[in-house]
Amino acid sequence: MGEVVGIPRALLYYHYYPMWKAFFESLGGTVVTSGETTRAILDAGIKVTVDEACLPVKVFHGHVLALAGKCDYVFVPRLVSVERRAFICPKFMGLPDMIRCNCSDAPRIIDSCINLSRTTREYVRAVLATGRMFTRSTLRILAAHRRGRAALTRYGRCLESGMTPDEAMAFMGVAPLSDELAQRAVAAASSTSGVARGGGGAANVVIGLVGHPYIIYDSFVSMNVIRRLREMGATVITADMLPWAVTEREAARFPKRVFWTIGRRLLGAGFHFLRSGTVHGCLHMSAFACGPESLIGDILEREAVRHRDVPFATITVDEHTGEAGVLTRLEAFVDVVTRRRKQ
Amino acid sequence: MKITFAHMGNLYITVKALLEDLGAEVVVPPMPSKRTLSIGSRYSPEFACLPLKVNIGNYVEALELGADTIAMAGGVGPCRFGMYGEVQREILKALGYEFDMVIIEPPQGRIRHVLEQVGRLVGRNPMRKYVGAVRLAWAKMTAVDELEKAAQRARPFERRRGAATSALGSALKLVDEAAGISQVRRALEEGQEMLRSVQDPTPGASRRNPESPPRIGIVGEVYVVLEPFVNFEVERRLGEMGVLVERSIYIGDWVKEHVFKDFMRLRKSRRPYDLAKPYLCHFVGGHGVETVGHTVEYARRGFDGVIQLAPFTCMPEIVAQDVLPAVSRDLGIPVMTLVFDEHSSDTGVLTRLEAFVDLVERSRRRRRARDGTMG
Repeated sequence: MGEVVGIPRALLYYHYYPMWKAFFESLGGTVVTSGETTRAILDAGIKVTVDEACLPVKVFHGHVLALAGKCDYVFVPRLVSVERRAFICPKFMGLPDMIRCNCSDAPRIIDSCINLSRTTREYVRAVLATGRMFTRSTLRILAAHRRGRAALTRYGRCLESGMTPDEAMAFMGVAPLSDELAQRAVAAASSTSGVARGGGGAANVVIGLVGHPYIIYDSFVSMNVIRRLREMGATVITADMLPWAVTEREAARFPKRVFWTIGRRLLGAGFHFLRSGTVHGCLHMSAFACGPESLIGDILEREAVRHRDVPFATITVDEHTGEAGVLTRLEAFVDVVTRRRKQ
Repeated sequence: MKITFAHMGNLYITVKALLEDLGAEVVVPPMPSKRTLSIGSRYSPEFACLPLKVNIGNYVEALELGADTIAMAGGVGPCRFGMYGEVQREILKALGYEFDMVIIEPPQGRIRHVLEQVGRLVGRNPMRKYVGAVRLAWAKMTAVDELEKAAQRARPFERRRGAATSALGSALKLVDEAAGISQVRRALEEGQEMLRSVQDPTPGASRRNPESPPRIGIVGEVYVVLEPFVNFEVERRLGEMGVLVERSIYIGDWVKEHVFKDFMRLRKSRRPYDLAKPYLCHFVGGHGVETVGHTVEYARRGFDGVIQLAPFTCMPEIVAQDVLPAVSRDLGIPVMTLVFDEHSSDTGVLTRLEAFVDLVERSRRRRRARDGTMG
């Protein structure tokens, strides 16, 4: 059976879960996740964090608390940097410290420090240190890491083919969903592909959705934005569905290299959506008071003014956001996009 | 070419001395005012942090006065400050201003690149001139820090409320006008004398507490700590309530740590990091770790309270704020966080400061009584 590792279903779960799961399972561990975000999870997170913390961080705290009693360890990596000369967000760099100070009931924390900003040596050391909690064999750890990387590559290809993280994980058979949900997701993923997806509603438009993965893919936080857009008949493309080369190239149009990995990816995706003519509208969704996005959003807005043919809107969510408000805005946006397309 | 730059407390005295000594023409923006802030918040992204907005106000007011070149520092993240220059340029361009923006990026080993950027600002100069200008600027910076510290020490004992602050004002003016290093030295001595003379030398003259005034440390994000306009003069307010104030960041230290040591590739001080370790054990950008480390240090030095200052949505300070309750609990020191944005109000800040000082005094009395009975 081995040790049970809990992975909170928040923040970069949406980018790395298949890798983390493969890694820990190869080392003989069992992986569990917290369920989808719920009001109760969010409330638990709000209770232990300071008001100023952003919504995703509060949600993450809630997920960690939800894992209490369900696992031996909870995986809260310190994701400092996942590429050269770039960071993710200061809050990711202090995440294990925040969890330790705020969640005294949390299980023991695995706080591997992932920092690729300067060298890979530190990363290798972090992987080995994490693996040593499960086995003494360096070879086994490296093999587990290789398996993790392979899973991540496959996952990336699934996303690029137009699947959302939930669909991709279901497709790969690693989804932490209940069986029924997983089957439904697989059916959805295999029956439709790329532009053909959508269909329910009247609109037949493609919408580029720009937003942090832990906002737009979290159905509670984003008020189900992707599903709702699809129900209105739109095909949704997110930054994760674009090849890295495209977003890097587009982001390089900005005079300074953006030093937030996700920020740069979103900026590149936004520029691509606005400039390439591949989408009919561009929707930007961000969390209230998100640091990087306060500037990235502004840059995108200024770019959007130069490309008036592609409608652009920003929706900001926080813990007080009501579903009706978001829905009204989404409907209005899709209406505008549809009308513009007919002209 | 008329160069301007953004305000940060009394940093303008140093920057002005440096640039003017190198032969540049400088337009110092008007001191930040309500107008500065309202211009800044009208044109900046809503959720951008406060310094960016006040900077925009400074630039607009300086451009109105005829400046045509803006000097700004860059950065490599993860704090948003590193992106300021580029975003600010876009904002000002969209407003239709004509100007040149020179963003000086940290060297990261390429010192020549920095010198090129500086050269773009001030033209070609012999090395001797650079050395002279840096020495003068350095002397002024040190003098400003010394005077600010002297004012913090004087305020609880001043005979007439506000006397120390106005003495500080005249002393800073002398430093600003000093033309050479010896004049700076004389201005500093004169200023220190002025600040001594406003105090009541009789024992028990402290406004708050005849024996010894309570001591409060100020920590937080460098801009809001150093800029009295955005923090509603927290330092003066506390001082005039009879509190001895010390802050974790003075411009000189900041320049030494962040500009000079980066430039010379020297090792930075590890001390705040070591002290912060039990609570926050990794760099989080900005001054997050320093905030936690200095709070621990103030607690160990027996301070009676700590106030953290941060701009709204500041990422590094939010991480620090999140762990500060644990520091406060473990070390038994009251800690309060004040968050500032364009909607902050004078009264709101004052009320909280008064309440905090009351709390600090009461907890001190309790501690004394307990120690007394035990001793």
